[in-house]
Amino acid sequence: MTWILVVVIVVATALSDLLQSFEMKRAGEQSVGARGLRRLLGMVVARRYLVLSIVCLAFSFFAFMALVQSAPLSFAVPASASSFILETVLAKVWLKEQIGPRRAAGTLLVLCGVVLLGR
Amino acid sequence: MTSPSKTKRTYFLLALFLALRAFGNLSLAWGTKHLPETLAADPMVYLRSMLDPGVAAGIVMLIVAMLVRLALLSVADLSFILPMTAIGYVLAAALGRFFLQEPVSLRRWLAVGLIFAGAALVGSTPQATSGKIEGAQ
Repeated sequence: MTWILVVVIVVATALSDLLQSFEMKRAGEQSVGARGLRRLLGMVVARRYLVLSIVCLAFSFFAFMALVQSAPLSFAVPASASSFILETVLAKVWLKEQIGPRRAAGTLLVLCGVVLLGR
Repeated sequence: MTSPSKTKRTYFLLALFLALRAFGNLSLAWGTKHLPETLAADPMVYLRSMLDPGVAAGIVMLIVAMLVRLALLSVADLSFILPMTAIGYVLAAALGRFFLQEPVSLRRWLAVGLIFAGAALVGSTPQATSGKIEGAQ
């Protein structure tokens, strides 16, 4: 059960972020003033991919709550942080982001840090 | 490629997002600790808890944080934002340590160092690489 929850968290988080990134790259630069925030809120309820990303986020949230109920936080945090790797790889493949050696190395360092912090 | 004003904007949005999320969570935690009822399976208890000012403020801040993150994704790569927002873990740990007054172990200092070093490395790469954004310009 524990590992099923981890998989749900990792996949749902990755899917949510990829959908959001894809949609926001398409939308172009957004502002965060009062009008900008209202516009963003409108996009969240109107754009199909963003609605779907919120559904994924909800799945990941409730799966994480279920996970921390049974597994220790010191396992839950690093386990769910593995979505980092999946998301970075998929960002390269699907979103065509360029991940050079510097960004890859930096991401790995951060991942090690997060895992260490969670222990 | 990336103009200085766009870089500044990215870091402004990043700081705003991290602050909103950290204080949103803090407000939520503070609010729920003052509730007269314990949060259980009953959804009505959750709905009533939203009337608490601390909980309500926390929820509003977290919703705004999500919108700011969307704006952040409109100016920077996902693979750029992910490691950068991990600085939030450091903030959360630091706030927790500060309020709980627990000593920070050597391992945690090492973790903080790794996260900052990694974030700095990622920060030195161009923030938006997937190029042509449809409809922009």
